[in-house]
Amino acid sequence: MRIRVDPDKCQGHARCYGLAPELFDVDDYGLSSVVGDGTVPEGLEDRARLAIANCPEYAVEELPD
Amino acid sequence: MTAPEPVVSWETDFDVLSPEYVSDPFAIWDRLRTTCPVAHTDRRKSSWLPTTYADVVDLAHDVDHFSSREISVIPFNGVPGRRPVLAYGLPPISADPPLHTWTRRLLLPWFSHRKVHEYEPMTRSLCGELIDGFLDAGSADAAVDYAQQIPVRVIASILGVPGSLSDSFTGWVRDVLEFADDPERRRRGSEALVDFFVQEVARRAEEPGDDLLSDLLHREVDGRPVEESVVLGVAALVLIAGVDTTWSAIGSSLWHLAGHPGDRNRLATEPAAMPLAVEELLRAYSPVTMARVVTQDVEFAGCAMRAGDKVLMNFPAANRDPAAFEHADRVVLDRQLNRHVAFGSGIHRCAGSNLARMELRVALEEWLRRIPEFRLADGAEVSWAGGQVRGPRRLPVVFG
Repeated sequence: MRIRVDPDKCQGHARCYGLAPELFDVDDYGLSSVVGDGTVPEGLEDRARLAIANCPEYAVEELPD
Repeated sequence: MTAPEPVVSWETDFDVLSPEYVSDPFAIWDRLRTTCPVAHTDRRKSSWLPTTYADVVDLAHDVDHFSSREISVIPFNGVPGRRPVLAYGLPPISADPPLHTWTRRLLLPWFSHRKVHEYEPMTRSLCGELIDGFLDAGSADAAVDYAQQIPVRVIASILGVPGSLSDSFTGWVRDVLEFADDPERRRRGSEALVDFFVQEVARRAEEPGDDLLSDLLHREVDGRPVEESVVLGVAALVLIAGVDTTWSAIGSSLWHLAGHPGDRNRLATEPAAMPLAVEELLRAYSPVTMARVVTQDVEFAGCAMRAGDKVLMNFPAANRDPAAFEHADRVVLDRQLNRHVAFGSGIHRCAGSNLARMELRVALEEWLRRIPEFRLADGAEVSWAGGQVRGPRRLPVVFG
């Protein structure tokens, strides 16, 4: 599973970082980005799905295989 | 102040200051969603009240038609005549791009995750001291003695102004936000608040500190210092936006837990449940309604909106929309799908959301650690503020 944060949609709610800090970074202006290339380590898939399901801007998305 | 005329039709004559709306807006929104869903009123000023998640989010994202120049739910002419100190209003919240963009960048680093993490120990010990003050009594007003005392002191510390003036700050902010139908009181609060910051700014020109206010005064944007009226506007905003709002969220959450032993017990015994629970409480009891002003005639959701009309950004109703949330009227502490917009949506996302979230979490953690069992006092009269910011203002509870 791979995920990304769309920088054009992210408004800095930081819900993804709050729910899955292993998978996201957040900068001093609140903008989120994925750790590394966005590959979700095994066992953290549910966290990734939670981050996707809680972004008010629909900015977190799963990349196709 | 005279009592407002009773509302006959919520569809065509709504009043967010009516006692019915302040005490229980939920049923009104539920009905409007099926009959309207964007209500209108000509009270005070032609204003629209959207009630669905989709409409509120669409409005928030259309900054070309819906400007933030007027963010007050009830028309407010600001401090009249005698001094145009706040020439730029309260940026970034009352600004559109480009002023919004650069003033927001000044502010955001002070409320980043990293910074907020630094404020957490201070917040926790403050909560502990407050509880020390009433624990032995076996009862407290959870709004006045606890919730109200927390955010104002944290914000004072960030701004670098004395926490001992908290009661004054709280009074001014309430005057501005909670007494919309009393223009004189609103004006007094607003003037006192601005006067205070004028003095604080003068003091910092001599003795800069390592606080937000000093930082604003000594920052440069495009090689030029930030104008004093911008600094004053940003500082006033931080105080106004950082006090009533979070205090209301803490109070509403404690009100919910006082009446729901299952939820209370779960949070008291299962700390890992707290992060999702905080989001759910923010969704269910979102405190803040903002406003926009229509910039040019536009049709929205079948409504012919005219330039100059006000549109209320009804984030609390959006968060109760059954089309966006399963069992929207129920608090589900571990709700998995929760794209709530308690902190707004789009470019005006609350700049202090990380701080508010931390304060709410820590306030609940410390309360539940020391007072795992509590309920509303017998015959307790809970009173609510509403309109721009909704939350309990009297919340008598007994422990054990």
